[in-house]
Amino acid sequence: MTLTELAAQNLVSPMVLFFIVGLSAAFAKSDLTVPEAVAKLLSLYLLMSIGFRGGAEVAHHGLSAPLLETVAAGIALSFAMPLVAFAILRRITRLSGVDAAAVAAHYGSISAVTLAAVTGALNQLKIPYEGYMIAVAAAMETPAIVTALNLARPYRDTTDGAGKDRAFWGEVLLNGSVVTLLGAFAVGAITGERGYTLVKPFFVELFAGFLCLFLLDMGLVAGRGLLQGRKNLSAALAVFAVVMPLIGASAGAGLAILIGLSAGGTAVLMTLAASASYIAVPAALRLALPEANPAIPLTLSLGVTFPFNLLIGIPLYISIADRIAKVAH
Amino acid sequence: MQTHLKKRIELIIEMPLLRRVTERFNAAGVSGYSVLPVIAGRGQSGTWSADGQVSDAGQMAAVICIVDEAKLDAVLDVVFAVVSKQIGLVTVADVAVVRPERF
Repeated sequence: MTLTELAAQNLVSPMVLFFIVGLSAAFAKSDLTVPEAVAKLLSLYLLMSIGFRGGAEVAHHGLSAPLLETVAAGIALSFAMPLVAFAILRRITRLSGVDAAAVAAHYGSISAVTLAAVTGALNQLKIPYEGYMIAVAAAMETPAIVTALNLARPYRDTTDGAGKDRAFWGEVLLNGSVVTLLGAFAVGAITGERGYTLVKPFFVELFAGFLCLFLLDMGLVAGRGLLQGRKNLSAALAVFAVVMPLIGASAGAGLAILIGLSAGGTAVLMTLAASASYIAVPAALRLALPEANPAIPLTLSLGVTFPFNLLIGIPLYISIADRIAKVAH
Repeated sequence: MQTHLKKRIELIIEMPLLRRVTERFNAAGVSGYSVLPVIAGRGQSGTWSADGQVSDAGQMAAVICIVDEAKLDAVLDVVFAVVSKQIGLVTVADVAVVRPERF
């Protein structure tokens, strides 16, 4: 399938169209809402489904050799991406050092919802991916926060212990999405084929429908976030929010080639590196970097980068990953 | 009915701080507190609404406790150490209670 065909198919998939419906409703100031409790349940369902299927896949095929290399690559990406993001932001925008570090942390970490979207697209296209990519995603959540706190340090007029206490790192490492992903991964790996058969009607067959509902809500949230935060969005920041995912995806592709991942695994690693956090990192930074304006990174990651990845990025990454796999094998 | 003067501390805080604040209340010997959701508001950065926040990190909470005046400074000191750099409000008001032994 060519990139154009893939992009066209992606744009008319129910998931993307429901996201566009949500986005349009938000821009039109519709009163459409998805109740908060429902949105939380959907998020939990998607993470459990992805985690479980990853674990079941590992149980079925066993742990292949590149697991450790891929986890290490993911951690390295998460540590390094904020350095790149920070350098770009300081060069092309007027953000303060603290705000630039906060944005950089978001772009070094990952978005679990974007992970759900790329796995949904891969499932639709029947492109398999390594099950342990779920563990890689979990490993990529937090290293970016360490880098960002170090980047921010020279710009802070404080000597307090923000970000240094054990309780803080406990909360960050045990954040809900990481625990759900890894917990479901472990359950899938332990119960294997038998467990997969048992929960398939719920975790597999309903996945696309729940993803549609969740992306409708994400469209509403992204649209309203963009409307609320647009005063924080300069042209340079908007360019950053589109260019940074492409840089991340390129780095992810390079590492995937070195490791020898499959087309699906490459697409997932590219997407993870291209995505920006808007759940785990914002919570951590409100504790560790309270001087940073939380609206700036949220507007960028949720209002620009997430829609970009969903509409253009994911088909692009899958297409590139497919070509890489064809050349490599 | 006889009433007794106490101090009511009201905090509007970012949700990620909630556990830290309530832990400080417990450590400072506050006998009780209430936590309420904040639905919407307007502050230095403009209007804000809980509706549409993508995670708890963007939510706000109100924490209310009533203390004896003798404890006020100690409680404020430990709580302010947590919230001083954050978005939100700290207010103290005089209130009258009917069961003073509870505070």
